[in-house]
Amino acid sequence: MEFYTQSAWLIPIFPLAAFLLLIALGRSYRTTAMLLGSAGSLAAFVLSLLVLFERLGPDAVDYSIRSFKWIVIGDYTLRLGFEVTNLTSLMLVVITGVSLAVNVYSAGYMKNDERLTVFYGYVALFTFSMIGLVLADNILLLYIFWELVGVCSFLLIGFWYARPSARAAAKKAFIVTRIGDAGLLLAILLLFWYMPGHALDFTSIYNVFHEGQSGVMTSGITTFIALLILLGAIGKSGQFPLHVWLPDAMEGPTPISALIHAATMVAAGVFLLARTFDIVSASEAAMQTTAYIGGFTAIFAATIALAQNDIKRILAYSTVSQLGYMVMAIGLGSVSGGIFHLFTHAFFKALLFLGAGSIIHAVHTQDIREMGGLGAKMKTTAWTFAIGALALSGIPPFSGFWSKDAILTTALDENPVLFVVGLAAAFCTALYMSRLFFLVFAGKPRSGHAAVKESAAVMTIPMIILAALSVVAGFIETPWNGWLSGWLSGSEAVETVHGGSSIAAMVASIGVGALGIYLGWLFFVKKSIGSGFMAAKLPSLLRAVERGYYIDEWYRVIIVKPLRGLGSTLAVFDEYVIGGTVRMTGALTTAAGRFAARLSNGKVQTYGLAALIGCIVLIAVIVGRRFWS
Amino acid sequence: MLPSYLTMAAILFCIGLYGALVKRNAVVVLLSVELMLNAVNLNLIVFSKYGVAPSLTGQVFSLFTITVAAAEAAVGVAILIALFRAKGTVNVDEYDEMRR
Repeated sequence: MEFYTQSAWLIPIFPLAAFLLLIALGRSYRTTAMLLGSAGSLAAFVLSLLVLFERLGPDAVDYSIRSFKWIVIGDYTLRLGFEVTNLTSLMLVVITGVSLAVNVYSAGYMKNDERLTVFYGYVALFTFSMIGLVLADNILLLYIFWELVGVCSFLLIGFWYARPSARAAAKKAFIVTRIGDAGLLLAILLLFWYMPGHALDFTSIYNVFHEGQSGVMTSGITTFIALLILLGAIGKSGQFPLHVWLPDAMEGPTPISALIHAATMVAAGVFLLARTFDIVSASEAAMQTTAYIGGFTAIFAATIALAQNDIKRILAYSTVSQLGYMVMAIGLGSVSGGIFHLFTHAFFKALLFLGAGSIIHAVHTQDIREMGGLGAKMKTTAWTFAIGALALSGIPPFSGFWSKDAILTTALDENPVLFVVGLAAAFCTALYMSRLFFLVFAGKPRSGHAAVKESAAVMTIPMIILAALSVVAGFIETPWNGWLSGWLSGSEAVETVHGGSSIAAMVASIGVGALGIYLGWLFFVKKSIGSGFMAAKLPSLLRAVERGYYIDEWYRVIIVKPLRGLGSTLAVFDEYVIGGTVRMTGALTTAAGRFAARLSNGKVQTYGLAALIGCIVLIAVIVGRRFWS
Repeated sequence: MLPSYLTMAAILFCIGLYGALVKRNAVVVLLSVELMLNAVNLNLIVFSKYGVAPSLTGQVFSLFTITVAAAEAAVGVAILIALFRAKGTVNVDEYDEMRR
């Protein structure tokens, strides 16, 4: 019956095998590398689809197997295994699908890169780790894969390590996310300590927390664990105040930005919150914090995106903002809303990044002020990008509209303040996307790109497929059809009772989306309001927004500088105290050796004297001991 | 009587030790060694006469020691002559063969 579900452990094996083969093959097998990498994710994708279809039936029960004993301490056994739930199978399809698209796309985008095989190896390793992350049946195994995807992210951001900025960005990403990882690790340790039987698997966590926790933990501990898990999600998903690594991560190759830093890895934080939702929802304070952090990030990053000029940085801040929506949805108690937005966002944001990659590939610049008029020369890129932009701006019937609407409806029901924040962010989203789109594709070329031509089919076909998905993916959950939320929660489709608030949210969301696009059109196409308007009126504000409200600078002053000061103090201590001791030991030994060498001069009388002194010392000790004791 | 004899032997031994350690001339060093030996002989005799259990054994033993010491001194002088022939000096400072 559940044949494919039971063989779900095979899904990560394919990319892992591809990774191992690619590492073993070496750099000269370039075509083989592309085929192997794509074949690995294709196989994983097909199997994921089969698993998903198998689970679409109404009687799908969560399947988990944990046969492998990893650690045995006394009578405590930590077992590893995998678990397939509806949420997991949906994530599997998203991950392997985007991974496949990016693998194919990279064959065009990266074809002249010297380290192509290494690139495909990293991508395969990432795909493996990400699949492992969603399949993991206990939180410790999830953490292992969580760190693995972090490593892959580090490797791929720093893929062009000859560029100092890429090296710096890779280190920054690794260190900043580490703060969140430390939080998650602490949460796991606390769970291990307080859970009955030290169980760490999600089923036990569900059982403990779902039934009102029945006195296992105090509410303080629960809140603490929930906040630490939230910290992990904040680090990984680029939420304020740990969002600073994500825009810099755009130093990596563009397909990587699409795969890791838009569609999958950054969504891991949202996935974590959804997976441990029973813990988070057990604490009202944690839920509030989650919702407000998400909402604040959504509006905060959206305003920064308005003032960026680098095409990839706009999309990066947009990703941060959209992840803020997802986190906000989970904080408001709507896991299905968050996951739904994750699902649609994965497709249209990956599409936008692939489109951006196609543009960069053609014009060799990332500055949108130097582009313009590309719509006529790159037709496929232009219309797929337009679909992605409309989906992101929340214009019906594209997928982003439905998912954003689901979140906004929840917000309107639960917390009107966050609804307003979400609407404002949606307006900014529409505005910066129209700015981006019009500056790049409309008007006249602003600098000489005579030889611009459309990218090869190997790059455009993944974009077309993702564009199609961006159109249709939203229909799995509409205000009239709550199929996804019902399926995710494992019950029959819940009757959605939003009614009036749904309509209101929908109207408001369409309104601000259209307004944003219209304003963008006024600004950048019709030019009825000069685009230098902001720069003339509020230059300091514009500069602050452009620099991301100087968050990086604040961190430099508040954290980096004191830490460096402490570091150099410790370095002095190390040099003169620790190093001094070491050097003194050496000097003492040398001096003793030199003295002993002077003594052994071959003369009998010197040896005799030494023997005499030794003898006297011996006698003195023996006699002295008699007096002393 | 015992302490004064023992003090006398100790003084003799110390003079011998001093000579053996600081004198340059190998012959004087040899003589100093004999002095130390005789300090020991004196101890043997004193203990056999005034010790806890006086007996004749100690005095007989010292006679043997003197005999052996004579033989040893002969060997020592022979070695010294061989050394003098090889090195052309009796200065102990220049005998540093043990370093090589």
